[in-house]
Amino acid sequence: MGIVTELAILVLAAFVGFEVISKVPNTLHTPLMSGTNAIHGIVVLGGLLLMHEASGVLEHVLLVIAVMFGTINVIGGFLVTDRMLEMFKRKPDPAPAPKDDPVDSAGAGAADKKDGE
Amino acid sequence: MSVLGTIFLQSPSFVDAMYIVAFSLFIYGMSGLTGPATAVRGNKIAAGGMALAVIATLLTKGVLHGSSTPWLILLGVVLGTAIGVPAAHRVKMTQMPQMVALFNGVGGGAVALIAWVEYRHHFGGSFALKVEIPSLFAAIVGSVSFWGSNIAFAKLQEILPGRPIKLPGQSAINLVLLLVAAGSAVVLAAGTHSQALFILGILVAAAVLGNMVVLPIGGADMPVVISLLNAFTGLSAAATGIALDNYALIVAGMIVGASGSILTNLMAKAMNRSVPAIVAGGFGGAVAAPVGAGAEGGTVRSTSAQDVAIQLSYARLVVIAPGYGMAVAQAQHAVRELERALEAKGVEVKYAIHPVAGRMPGHMNVLLAEADVPYDLLREMDDINPEFSRTDVTLVIGANDVTNPAAKNEPGSPIYGMPILEVDKSAAVVVLKRSMASGFAGIDNPLFYDPKTSLLFGDAKASVSEITAEVQAL
Repeated sequence: MGIVTELAILVLAAFVGFEVISKVPNTLHTPLMSGTNAIHGIVVLGGLLLMHEASGVLEHVLLVIAVMFGTINVIGGFLVTDRMLEMFKRKPDPAPAPKDDPVDSAGAGAADKKDGE
Repeated sequence: MSVLGTIFLQSPSFVDAMYIVAFSLFIYGMSGLTGPATAVRGNKIAAGGMALAVIATLLTKGVLHGSSTPWLILLGVVLGTAIGVPAAHRVKMTQMPQMVALFNGVGGGAVALIAWVEYRHHFGGSFALKVEIPSLFAAIVGSVSFWGSNIAFAKLQEILPGRPIKLPGQSAINLVLLLVAAGSAVVLAAGTHSQALFILGILVAAAVLGNMVVLPIGGADMPVVISLLNAFTGLSAAATGIALDNYALIVAGMIVGASGSILTNLMAKAMNRSVPAIVAGGFGGAVAAPVGAGAEGGTVRSTSAQDVAIQLSYARLVVIAPGYGMAVAQAQHAVRELERALEAKGVEVKYAIHPVAGRMPGHMNVLLAEADVPYDLLREMDDINPEFSRTDVTLVIGANDVTNPAAKNEPGSPIYGMPILEVDKSAAVVVLKRSMASGFAGIDNPLFYDPKTSLLFGDAKASVSEITAEVQAL
């Protein structure tokens, strides 16, 4: 793959990232952080790809640690995000329904209204 | 599996196609995070994408080559799972900022280690700049992220003091470290005989830099730092992707880099400060707590739980403004109880959420969600500020700087210009506080001396529970 192709992918990915993430409401910023945090654990792939090329004890040890770190990042990150997001799901709520509020702005408010699951 | 099948599965195009599906799933999953209702599914979809990317990688021809390779990979994965899963299950919601910092740190560490091995691997051989430059970038940024995140973790976990720790000439030292790391990288890229030495030099300089950058940053600036470090790890992962010719790494890493940058900017804007100023150290350091705390203070009025309960019960609209103090006291469930008790009496209750309240972006929202507070009661700053003028009582729970009117009224104040929750516009304010000590920055808060403010001292959780009991008894 040429460097130009890769840079093109890089730039496009940046725009996609900006586009998708800027729509996330403040309410979900913590899960967003830990979710994207899990995604950068994808570097674990680098560890997997290099393992068979490594030579000597040092390189193998470094890569095993890298794979371990990456796995902690990925698995821990997704699990923690899942735990957090489960709490945002509306539970059947015995409390009186929240009163209607005229000062509800678009953005977060609008997204909050459609409460499917 | 037939031989033909194996060849097909291992063909580079098939693996690349799986990568494309994988990063599509990341993007689709992330876009689910735009609403609480679709977010759980979105996260699972992204996790599915990750599983697919791992499978694709393991299918890549030659990756499992060698007798020990599969076992070493398995060892790493098993160790990582054994550490990551229990950590993720056990962590309390109040500890979420440090957990995210820690996960971010290990990600950065993985990047740095991979870059190191990549470098050693090409030792002495011909090394295309296209591989070399991104590898060196990943080594430096990944290492900064690893050490910086660990310091952030230690500060949040209160292993290290949360206040800024600063050396004289800190900025100059940081600059020198950055130059050493970048200089070593240039020497390496230009080709030298002592490669092993220089790559170690880079890693060490970057490690010290990571420590030095985060140590001077105070607790209240943590939301900015955590999202900045998250962006760093993402960018370094993308660089690793370029070095390794791996689409999935490039796309995923860059998306994280972009999202981290957006969040960092949002947080900095919410504090009316620039990112460089925050990284340069907590509230200017040199400006040195200008106001002798409480000097022009006047008197504060302290109150009792019973009085607060009466005040709240006869209000029409009560706004609760939570801050880091609520997280420390783990008072979110008690707060929810109070809200229900008040609602049962026909009082309307809303929550005012400042974007940088707490120690990470959205921190208060997570805690209140844990306590089952419906998210439509949580109001962002711009929504709630116009409402304070019709609010009867605002209950400030462990928040200080984000409610400080000095940010609007006193041009000399270090936080002047920071958008705040305008709680001083409500008819009455009750502040729950542990003690009379000033906020993290040592900035005095005129709100406390306002004649319509009364203070209830004590642990936030105990105070709130007491008020709730009194409300129910009324």
